[in-house]
Amino acid sequence: MKRTLQIVDLHAGRDGKEILKGINLVINQGEVHAIMGPNGSGKSTLSNVVMGNPKYQIMSGDVRLDGESIAKLAPNKRAHRGLFLGMQYPVEVSGVKLGSFMKAAYNQVHGPDALDVAGFMELVEENTKLLNMDSAFAGRYVNEGFSGGEKKKAEILQMLVLKPAFAILDETDSGLDIDALKTVARAIDAYRGPDVGILLITHYQRLLRYIKPDFVHVLMGGKIVLTGGGDLAEKLEELGYGWLKDEKYAGAT
Amino acid sequence: MRGRHRTTAKQIVDEDYSAYDFKDDIEYLYKTKKGLRESIVDEISKLKGEPEWMTRFRHRAYEHFVKRPLPTWGGDLSALDFENITYYAKPVERVGKSWEDVPEAIKKTFDRLGIPEAERKFLAGVGAQYESEVVYHSLRKELEEKGVIFMGTDSALKEYPEIFRKHFGTIVPPEDNKFAALNSAVWSGGSFVYIPEGVVVDQPLQAYFRINAENVGQFERTLIIAEPHSRVHYIEGCTAPVYASASLHAAVVEVIAKEGAHIRYTTLQNWSKDVYNLVTKRAHAHKDATVEWVDANTGSRLTMKYPSVYLMGPGARTDVLSVTFAGRGQHQDAGAKAIHLAPHTQSRIVSKSVSKDGGRTTYRGHLRVARGARNVVASVRCDALMLDAQSRSDTYPYIEIDEDDATVTHEATVGRIGDEQMFYLMSRGLTENEAVNMIVLGFLEMFTKELPMEYAVEFNRLIKLEMEGSVG
Repeated sequence: MKRTLQIVDLHAGRDGKEILKGINLVINQGEVHAIMGPNGSGKSTLSNVVMGNPKYQIMSGDVRLDGESIAKLAPNKRAHRGLFLGMQYPVEVSGVKLGSFMKAAYNQVHGPDALDVAGFMELVEENTKLLNMDSAFAGRYVNEGFSGGEKKKAEILQMLVLKPAFAILDETDSGLDIDALKTVARAIDAYRGPDVGILLITHYQRLLRYIKPDFVHVLMGGKIVLTGGGDLAEKLEELGYGWLKDEKYAGAT
Repeated sequence: MRGRHRTTAKQIVDEDYSAYDFKDDIEYLYKTKKGLRESIVDEISKLKGEPEWMTRFRHRAYEHFVKRPLPTWGGDLSALDFENITYYAKPVERVGKSWEDVPEAIKKTFDRLGIPEAERKFLAGVGAQYESEVVYHSLRKELEEKGVIFMGTDSALKEYPEIFRKHFGTIVPPEDNKFAALNSAVWSGGSFVYIPEGVVVDQPLQAYFRINAENVGQFERTLIIAEPHSRVHYIEGCTAPVYASASLHAAVVEVIAKEGAHIRYTTLQNWSKDVYNLVTKRAHAHKDATVEWVDANTGSRLTMKYPSVYLMGPGARTDVLSVTFAGRGQHQDAGAKAIHLAPHTQSRIVSKSVSKDGGRTTYRGHLRVARGARNVVASVRCDALMLDAQSRSDTYPYIEIDEDDATVTHEATVGRIGDEQMFYLMSRGLTENEAVNMIVLGFLEMFTKELPMEYAVEFNRLIKLEMEGSVG
């Protein structure tokens, strides 16, 4: 059975301020969606709310996984059910090695007996290579002293290792130079498959040159104002977001 | 100290201090009456058959102890009842050379603590003290042949009277403080380490201190002498069963690193939470010598301990890494002192403290650059992590600089676990508890990575025990 991540008439925000004003979105396994939009349109709020960041509150509406509400679940419970968020600003966790962090997370998500230490190391090694990273990378402390590009690669590495059913990737392309962007895009594209649903959140179109989404949604003012196929991204690249402010497109989904 | 069983993460969280909380039913060969008076000092000295100078030393110390008021600047000592403590309890007749010589019940204790196993695997020598006396001592043969001495301090007084007398009490005089005076009056046991010139001991020497009975005081006296260009790593660990009333541990440790010598002294203090741990540790580092204190305090009710280094000769260096963890009812008042008395000396002090459930940590340090100590480089860094609003952390970093070319840096941070860190870790599937543990262990990693692997595993396990039930 195909799994689904469903966002239903979601109104949500922070500190009592409503930022998302009625989002509807269905992501099926096997699909890649992109959400694009200008700064301040609510893209990061959406990703944080779906993953359960306690700083954000749902005012009404729901987030469902396979038809079941996950809106009240702690972030780790959402991760157990196969959700993953690649963060825009990953935080440093001083003194914690990336490898041991991923192992602890893997044990939680897939159970402690799913993979022995050797098998896990192999899994990390293989994906570290895929991202053109030095094999010593997993021995470094989580995000401590990482460059912008390394931080984003570390997020993708965690996705590849943890193998979520649904991955939300928030501004993964920012902070990457062109070579790193290609590498990261290739890794994400390789992860794509019939058992994976991906939601790419991005300000720019450049990531979408390498990962062709099945659907593109435009988020503006806390609403999805337009949905189209992969070619919509190119149109946005050409025309920007300004033309969408025109009345007749507002609210069109 | 090595983990006795392979444990899963689940078991770790489910366990508690019970791993150390077991009591032996021991018939003591000798025990002084509770309380302290001059006749008890005599009794101990006579029992040990000591030379007269040591008896005089004890008396001198006792007099000072009686005169000296309790310190009031540190932790709360008001519940410490000197009259309710047994100052000397002798469990065995003589020091065992093999574990077979050690009485069964006591041997079992050290078995449960994993000492013989660690000895077989990675230690160069082991000493084990039970209450007042050293019950076992060993040293690898090849080190013995090189002239290394590692034995109980009482034995050293008898077997090496000259080296002993030349150094004993020269670093920490009895008049140093009230508890150094107490120790000097009633001392028993401890380790004596002598490393001849140029000898490198590349595996650690370890001593393990165990208090078994209720209201017993342990007053061991450790003396380490590293001759020029020698090298040694000494590790000590300590535990006790849990009682409802106080026990007292007041040790004195004297460390002498002669020219170019390198001494590392690691402590993993995990007394039960009814022990007053009032310890004086001091080292002299001579020309180009290095002394490192790696000092962790997770146990005890109150610890007052400030390992210090006097940098006596040019080029001497010291590194002090102090880690404390204070849970409910605990106060860890710890820190370090670096006293620069010579030019071109360097010191680095790093303190990391964690407090939770109303526990209290205090960093108390002294950095001094004396007149004439030119071109000193010194740094002090203290980081405190408080896990809840009931816990408390204070910092008292006294800094006194008498030379204007000293390069001195001081940094202090006090923090709590950030919401964004918690969200990040939990979003990857870690439970709240696991996330907090991971952040705390990461905070202490700078310390853990300095430990031999076996001890790092044990230390992380301890911290996880301390962290049990800290959230939710």
